Amino acid sequence: MDRHQHRDRATLLSILCMGLGQLYNRQYIKGLLFVLFEAFSVIYLIRNLGFALWGIVTLGETPRTGANMNGNWDHSIFIMIQSLITLLFVAVFVIVYIMNVRDARNIGLERDKGKTPNNFKQTIRYVLDYKFAVAFLSIPALGILFFTVMPILFMILLAFTNYSAPKHIPPAMLVDWVGFETFKNLVALKTWSHTFYGVLTWTIIWAILSTVTTYFGGMLVALLINQKGIRFKGLWRTILILPYAIPQLISLLVMRNMFNGQFGPINQYLGYFGLDGLPWLTDPFWAKVTVIVVNMWVGIPVSMLLILGVLTTIPKDLYEAAEVDGATGFQKFKIVTLPMILFTTAPTLITQFAGNINNFNAIFLLTGGDPVKGDYQYAGATDLLVTWLYKLTLNQNKYNMASAIGIIIFIIIASFSIYNYRRTKSFKEEDMIQ
Amino acid sequence: MSRRKIRNAIRLGASYIVLILLCIAAVYPVLWVVFGSLRPGKSLYSKTLIPEKFTFEHYQELFTSQTYLFGTWYLNTLKIAVCSMILGVLLTLLTSYALSRFRFRGRKTALSGLLVLGMFPGFMSMIAIYLLLREMQLLDTHLALIIVYAAGAPLGGTFIAKGFLDTIPRSLDEAARIDGASNFLIFRRIILPLSKPMLTYMALTQFVGPWVDFIFARLVLRTKENWTLAVGMWDMVSSNQNSNFTLFAAGAVLIALPITILFMFLQRLLVDGLTSGASKG
Repeated sequence: MDRHQHRDRATLLSILCMGLGQLYNRQYIKGLLFVLFEAFSVIYLIRNLGFALWGIVTLGETPRTGANMNGNWDHSIFIMIQSLITLLFVAVFVIVYIMNVRDARNIGLERDKGKTPNNFKQTIRYVLDYKFAVAFLSIPALGILFFTVMPILFMILLAFTNYSAPKHIPPAMLVDWVGFETFKNLVALKTWSHTFYGVLTWTIIWAILSTVTTYFGGMLVALLINQKGIRFKGLWRTILILPYAIPQLISLLVMRNMFNGQFGPINQYLGYFGLDGLPWLTDPFWAKVTVIVVNMWVGIPVSMLLILGVLTTIPKDLYEAAEVDGATGFQKFKIVTLPMILFTTAPTLITQFAGNINNFNAIFLLTGGDPVKGDYQYAGATDLLVTWLYKLTLNQNKYNMASAIGIIIFIIIASFSIYNYRRTKSFKEEDMIQ
Repeated sequence: MSRRKIRNAIRLGASYIVLILLCIAAVYPVLWVVFGSLRPGKSLYSKTLIPEKFTFEHYQELFTSQTYLFGTWYLNTLKIAVCSMILGVLLTLLTSYALSRFRFRGRKTALSGLLVLGMFPGFMSMIAIYLLLREMQLLDTHLALIIVYAAGAPLGGTFIAKGFLDTIPRSLDEAARIDGASNFLIFRRIILPLSKPMLTYMALTQFVGPWVDFIFARLVLRTKENWTLAVGMWDMVSSNQNSNFTLFAAGAVLIALPITILFMFLQRLLVDGLTSGASKG
């Protein structure tokens, strides 16, 4: 008799239909579960798969017109998302199928060796003890698959269609695949590229300035508080932390009112000193200054907290050694404090930089991207790529352009963050910490 | 020696002055909006910071008028925030526990995947999620928001939480395992109690997210009775920009108050959470 009789039969049966191999291995409950899943999937796929394949290729063929108002018309975007969901389900199905075959094969192999297969209770026990991580991760993984991966795929697909106002908005019109045309328009077509490069430049300037100002501002405040001889350290910290404790939605809207050019208190107080008020939010240059300054107000407390934390970890003997060598206060700062702070917070600095590229709240709530620039496509002087993207999506319905911009933002940020992450200790020497 | 003393005094004096100025800058906007909410009338402009007369009519209006359903919105927001906080923290904690404590195939891929996925601009996915919720017929329900917030939680929080869990010595788990504890038991009796600062930090960020989200919530919640505070607030701001400042101020105070109090009280734990996640990267 064949040595691998059970293994081969179980494998073959489970390839034929999910669960048969398990039933053959006398794991009835597990087998039944697999069979049920297969039945459900097959019914679902028979009803949807053909439509999904047709849908993802054609994106619908008949637009809604006056004639077929309540009959058969295709909404390209609904079709696209339904197809996408079906295809993702196929992916899940395939993964479960592979798991099923592998499981049947392994159990068959055990039986060939003369072991009795686990019963259902033992199986569960085994999974919880040895496959705990994988079993548990499947729950968040499913959520991420449908609420993060699916939307991202959808967005990437959109960038390759012509889904945009005014000519391609379903249901009255159809959407089609156009390949890389959207990207070409974005970087080469004069009307779009001018806005794109303008907004991109400001985004980068903003990211650098806002990161540097909040970081060094925070460091300065932390050093001030941490000085020898300063009393009530806790009190200062508690008061200065306040901007961080207020939700940005509120604090930024309040700031918008404070910097109001006509009635806002800032200009009012400048008036007391005999100064003319400034057009804080309406002049392109001053609006940029305002967002940076307000962002300092919001961002410095976080950096301060971080750096205060780092300062407590610097060993005292380093300072004592420097003192013995006759270092002045400034030298101590330059040789001991600064390198220590920079060294420990470098990853955070890069994270903050990446976060500032996407700092939607600071711009949107404060200026809304305004003042409007005449020669820009739907963007203003303070618009970042993200806020521009928001406007293109929700106000202008230029979905394909917005998606293309989203992909570009992603590429920029992802390259920073991955570089950053690969360098950190927790990735490289993870297992050496303990 | 006395010259050094004088220099020291000058240095300290200057530092105190700067600190006081900074404190004024930090506190002033807060005072301004609080006093603004207590001022009679509607206008943004006021001669003095402290109003001549105090009134609570704006707060009253928020809770009694037909256009602003602050009472309902408060309850809605509280419900959504608490539910998505509990679910979100649970999911994040389990994800980071699994990624921190177990070594399995595809683990590094999962880590990099989480990192990359977390970097897509959030509202790019809004349209797709909107359509998905439409397919599931969940539009205009609170359940939809809770699901979406909770499902998104592991993306943002896993890294910080994992960084923290990595610092809990693994020998503790091993000792427990030798004594026959199951993974669940280890999680409940060892990991959970030790990760309290991290839990607070995560719970707070998870709670604040739904509390202030006005973009996605506005897309999903269509009827006024279902709105959250942030949506109502945003509606108020965008519909009558500067015409009724004092009412806006009252609303702002009401929304910010619980969050600010929570933050101030949990300050210590926040600092721990922030730095522990950060220094480990």
